[in-house]
Amino acid sequence: MKRINILGTIALLSMLIAQTAMAQIGNPFIHDPSTIMECDGKYYTFGTGGGGLISEDGWTWDGGGVRPGGGAAPDAMKIGDRYLIVYGATGGGLGGRHNGTILTMWNKTLDPNSPDFEYTEAIEVASSDGDEDNDAIDPGLLMDPDGRLWCSYGTYFGNIRLVELDPKTGKRVKGNEALDIAIDCEATTMMYRDGWYYLLGTHGTCCDGANSTYNIVVGRSRNVTGPYVDNMGREMLKGGGKMVIKAGNRVTGPGHFGHIIIDEGVEKMSCHFEADFDQGGRSVLGIRPLLWEDGWPEAGEKFKEGTYEIESERRGYALELAVDFVRMQGGMRGFGRNNTEPVQPIESQKLSDVIDTWPKGNIGVRNGDYMFRPHQKWTITAAPDNSGYLGGPYYKIVIAGTERALAATADAEVITVPKFTGAPEQLWRIEQLIDGTYRIMPKEVPNSTEEYALISIGDSTPTLAKFDFNSDNSKWNFNDH
Amino acid sequence: MNIKNKTWLPLVAFVILAGLVLQGSTFTSNGKVETVSENSSQQSLEPYFKPATTKKLTPDADGFIQRWLLLEPISKPNRGNTVFVDSYLREAFSEEYFENQYSVLPEDGDEVTVTVPKQQAVTDFRRQPQTPAEPEMETVKLKWHALETTNFNVKLFRFATGLGLQEYGVLFNAVTIVNSPEDMENVRMAVGSNSASIWWLNGEEAVFMSGDRRMVMDDCVSPRLTLKKGKNIVRGAVINGPGMSDFCVRFIDENGEPVRNITITTE
Repeated sequence: MKRINILGTIALLSMLIAQTAMAQIGNPFIHDPSTIMECDGKYYTFGTGGGGLISEDGWTWDGGGVRPGGGAAPDAMKIGDRYLIVYGATGGGLGGRHNGTILTMWNKTLDPNSPDFEYTEAIEVASSDGDEDNDAIDPGLLMDPDGRLWCSYGTYFGNIRLVELDPKTGKRVKGNEALDIAIDCEATTMMYRDGWYYLLGTHGTCCDGANSTYNIVVGRSRNVTGPYVDNMGREMLKGGGKMVIKAGNRVTGPGHFGHIIIDEGVEKMSCHFEADFDQGGRSVLGIRPLLWEDGWPEAGEKFKEGTYEIESERRGYALELAVDFVRMQGGMRGFGRNNTEPVQPIESQKLSDVIDTWPKGNIGVRNGDYMFRPHQKWTITAAPDNSGYLGGPYYKIVIAGTERALAATADAEVITVPKFTGAPEQLWRIEQLIDGTYRIMPKEVPNSTEEYALISIGDSTPTLAKFDFNSDNSKWNFNDH
Repeated sequence: MNIKNKTWLPLVAFVILAGLVLQGSTFTSNGKVETVSENSSQQSLEPYFKPATTKKLTPDADGFIQRWLLLEPISKPNRGNTVFVDSYLREAFSEEYFENQYSVLPEDGDEVTVTVPKQQAVTDFRRQPQTPAEPEMETVKLKWHALETTNFNVKLFRFATGLGLQEYGVLFNAVTIVNSPEDMENVRMAVGSNSASIWWLNGEEAVFMSGDRRMVMDDCVSPRLTLKKGKNIVRGAVINGPGMSDFCVRFIDENGEPVRNITITTE
């Protein structure tokens, strides 16, 4: 699985200096976010205690979502032309004893300003009596490939349970008996992929800010009813679970998984982080790439600003300016020389060594052998206008040390322009794919409504074309070396 | 949302204790429920436990040991589990709460005498800080129970609640005897516990598990050990603040496979 490759201490230190571990921006403060829903061009997620967040673009989030009923840890799913919301009416052991109730309700829209915005009366679909080995809060929804609707719920207090709901009514299927499917986790949800059902649960300690050890684990089963086992074959009913995401990059305590499929090969996960150190230690919404390796999901990292080689997965060539290759002094030292002579490091080629040889206007790009030369090093930073897409900002991509920016052209090719202006064709969407490589897309292709991605149409030839996850032409890596 | 939330713990504790009071249960000087309401019939060790017998018992299919002597919980007030760092636990687990604590091989019904922090009244428990610097102490008798768990794990929370005893802020003690038909070298004790715990085999520390933990099968595994031919004493202590308490113990061989050619007794 390819990642952003960081080689060497110097590279690492420069990364630490250059990067900003950006979370969602705006006011993304939430705990136990429901799976992110898109409704009429906006994104919505609901949290514990009622209410929720709304985003125009998926990157800047603010309050304003409306979910009545209070309680804990809702989930949401679009079924047909309606949205089904499920939530626990109580706070589990927090707000009382363990007698909880799971409720569902519908709404035609999630936009509280829409005239169609009206929740149906909440329906009880599961409960716990306070003493049994279950705490009926923290529900999660799954629609299986056969159109059957499932709901998992529960906390550390006993078992995680599974019930079947009627996708037409949101009610419990008549006669359905709750099944125990896991222990020692909470805030569960499920997903289906390639013949496997996945049960995701949150493990560790909740609600302790910077010290919360919350993390998300997963087990899988060929049957929705289990048994769910981890990568060691250990049942989740015995505490098993493979880690999906944990603390890092100044956020702690990821919990309450949500799954979002953007496109073939482009998947994301939502969660909250118990504490974002860069946002005062508040609990914030997190959106990360979701990667798959050997049939197991794993959170990718948010793209990190820095200076990189942009490597085509097709052959391994690097995206570069189409300029003269400026040779360095030296060359092969020759055979038979005295190797006892003192070793003197060779300085890398500098931008100042070559920039005057470059044309001043637009310069084309191509792919070539990576030689860590200035025309092959790209500095990638978040766009200054804070624009974004689900889970990330648009990026400015310039030749390191310059303002020469990568840009899409009206004829769907790619060039560099001498100065970054912030025009939409100079803004790039960078998303990690499920195999760990990346998709790079311009925000706009001038005079076009097509959604194009940066593609290697030949080993040495980049262009803009439709993204195809099944082709290495569509995939890129970012190497810092 | 985690019931182990420390921020909410005072409320949790209050509600739980208030619930007990409302049910008519009262704590006596020995920390046990002396009078119970009409709901007392609901207090039972079933279906989680049944009395231990002398019938031959081998570990279950996965090697888990299901026959144990459990001591009624020792009061060890902790309103949260963040205190369970190594140094705290070393001190808590090394404290001698009762005579011959580390060598006794109890029988069902045996009692021990412990001097522990007195249970706080409901109102005090809600209002006072975590643990008074010098808590009022009391001397109480606690009983050993020889039990067989009906699950792979031992649900200490249900053991306490089933007896109508304090389930949060407590220290549990467990003992069992592993009878080996021969010397078995290079086996390991594999433990999961909620929360922190310590385990000994024949008086030697085998596993130490710190932090606010959940019980996960094979969470911590001992160095290579030898089960000697004949009786081997497994002893453990599990501590918890709020939340479910349980543990699971098995022995595994060099290949990670469960050791099952042993028998389990309590005497």
